[in-house]
Amino acid sequence: MNEQLVFAMEVTINGLMTGVMYALVALGFVLIFKASGIFNYAQGVMALFAAMTLVGIQEGRIPFSHLINELFGTDLHHFGWHVPALLAIFLTSLVMIAFAYLVQRFVFRHLVGQEPIILFMATIGLAYFLEGVSDLMWGSEVRTLDVGLPQGINLAIDEYTFGIFDYGFFIDNLDIAATIIAAILVAGLIAFAQYTKQGRAMRAVADDHQAALSVGIKLNYVWVLVWSLAGIVALVAGIMWGSKSGVQFSLSLIALKALPVLMLGGFTSIPGAIVGGLIIGVGEALFEFSIGPMIGGATENWFAYVLALIFLVFRPQGLFGEKIIERV
Amino acid sequence: MFYREAGDFKTSYAEDNQTFPIVFDRYRYYFVLAIGFGIIPFFITDYMANAIMIPFLIYAIAAIGLNILTGYCGQVSLGTGGFMAVGAYASYKLMTSFPGMDMAIVILLSGIVTAMVGVAFGLPSLRIKGFYLAVATLAAQFFLVWMFNKVPWFYNYSASGQISAPERTSFGFAVTGPSADIWAKYLFCAVFVFVLAWMARNLTRGSVGRQWMAIRDMDIAAEIIGVNPLKAKLTAFAASSFYVGVAGALLFTVYLGAAEVGEAFGIQKSFLVLFMVIIGGLGSIFGSFAGAAFMVLLPVLLRNFMTGTLGWESAIATHFEFVIVGLLIMFFLIVEPHGLARLWSLAKEKLRLWPFPH
Repeated sequence: MNEQLVFAMEVTINGLMTGVMYALVALGFVLIFKASGIFNYAQGVMALFAAMTLVGIQEGRIPFSHLINELFGTDLHHFGWHVPALLAIFLTSLVMIAFAYLVQRFVFRHLVGQEPIILFMATIGLAYFLEGVSDLMWGSEVRTLDVGLPQGINLAIDEYTFGIFDYGFFIDNLDIAATIIAAILVAGLIAFAQYTKQGRAMRAVADDHQAALSVGIKLNYVWVLVWSLAGIVALVAGIMWGSKSGVQFSLSLIALKALPVLMLGGFTSIPGAIVGGLIIGVGEALFEFSIGPMIGGATENWFAYVLALIFLVFRPQGLFGEKIIERV
Repeated sequence: MFYREAGDFKTSYAEDNQTFPIVFDRYRYYFVLAIGFGIIPFFITDYMANAIMIPFLIYAIAAIGLNILTGYCGQVSLGTGGFMAVGAYASYKLMTSFPGMDMAIVILLSGIVTAMVGVAFGLPSLRIKGFYLAVATLAAQFFLVWMFNKVPWFYNYSASGQISAPERTSFGFAVTGPSADIWAKYLFCAVFVFVLAWMARNLTRGSVGRQWMAIRDMDIAAEIIGVNPLKAKLTAFAASSFYVGVAGALLFTVYLGAAEVGEAFGIQKSFLVLFMVIIGGLGSIFGSFAGAAFMVLLPVLLRNFMTGTLGWESAIATHFEFVIVGLLIMFFLIVEPHGLARLWSLAKEKLRLWPFPH
């Protein structure tokens, strides 16, 4: 079999896996955008913050220790205990829920009814704020995150493909785990939205704020719920990306990766986020593989955006977005 | 008392339509100009110019540029950093290709080059609206930065991939390079700011500006009453990119002297200029100045306070700066979404009635 084709297949499969990770971040955006019309730029920083908090809790670090040391001349850093991964994940979820409540209570409750662009700006402000808080709380060094997910090359696939093509595919166990977890998460979210009372309230708010309000749904409650869900999705994304490449500042830049995914899939569609993520993941991997070497490489910085841009010119609401109807 | 239109009789249409109809405002404007051009150049120090005045002037141009596009024409752009990079690299190529060219012409030509690039990236705005457009302009940001990193022709095949501004003159005075006098650099920027702000003010109250505002307020309705959206949007992109390009060229040649594209013109720069526009006030030339002053002064003051007065280490001060900038942005948006310009105009309203408010 043609060697190049086999390489391309490997690149495609890895691209699909990366696409799942993108979709995971994009999912958090879609949740908040549907329910409250807020385009949450802070989603990436939320993932960073969640991952930092998770590592901090696991290793028993004292929050704000740098600051306390600087102010009072003490030398604090660790509580001296280790928290098991599952408990730490649970505690981090609680932190994200508390964060969701605070954001809703102190920021977005005061901005209800503002123009979308103002809300967007506010989330950029939130991103700056959260980034600073995260650094103050846990320090800005690179941390390794290990919650017990399998890592390294998957030998079974390596051997199986070697038997067929004489070339073993390199597929990371972590990517496979991420794909499975993402699938479970998406299925769970869809089930939650379809079959629970809270999920129904969420969809009602997404459809029409005023109508939802008039049948007795508490908007504030739903918004806190949605921000909490987005926080938990951010935590999952943070765990995946953090285990893959360490918890560090660049984690917050995955938000920028998720934006073209959203454009492609449409801002309001959960399936759109997933399909968009897969298209972008595969597209950018294949482009870097085939055209990248000719024009200097590192094309993945912009390819997704240009692809989304060209795509949007033909379909301005994205693949699965609601048709934009404008009236005077 | 003194801030009144009463008793100030206008006898011609030109007088009636002037930018500052109130006498006090007019004199305040002349006063600011007199200080800016007549006094500051004689007393300016290196620290004051490099930390405050020159960045303020340059970012004011960039903020006016973004305000034309976002505040007046309603097209949100996150590609400001990329367009500033176009201006910077255009000026670099012009400076190195035509060493004898006057710097003022170099800067203007860089602005024109950026305007053309801006129009090209503005074309999708005819189909794409709102957030989709905001994200689409990120394509410009990332693509342009990548291009200036990867195509060696743009940085003259230098080994480090950096560009650095050689010494060039304007009207016989050196304005770039390490040996240029600080007052010359300051005046060079100040003249550009004055001319461009004056132009922007008059553009936005003329027919072109009215078309932009009609598109901003509702594009379909504007189209129905005869505004050509193609022309309005593309002129907005062109004018905005021209300003942003000039700002980028000045930032690189006069202020930084040497630049690495990802660091100097990354996405952070786009957000910085956007913050200036938001905090200053969308759709206001004064707001662009106020926002630029605010965002330039704030980090300087914060840093001086935290590392100087409190004696903290600089890493913690940097983190605190993020927290405070973030909080301030949210605070401003909640308390006054129309920015400093609105506060200013409210103050003027109050002043007109003072001291008898009823």
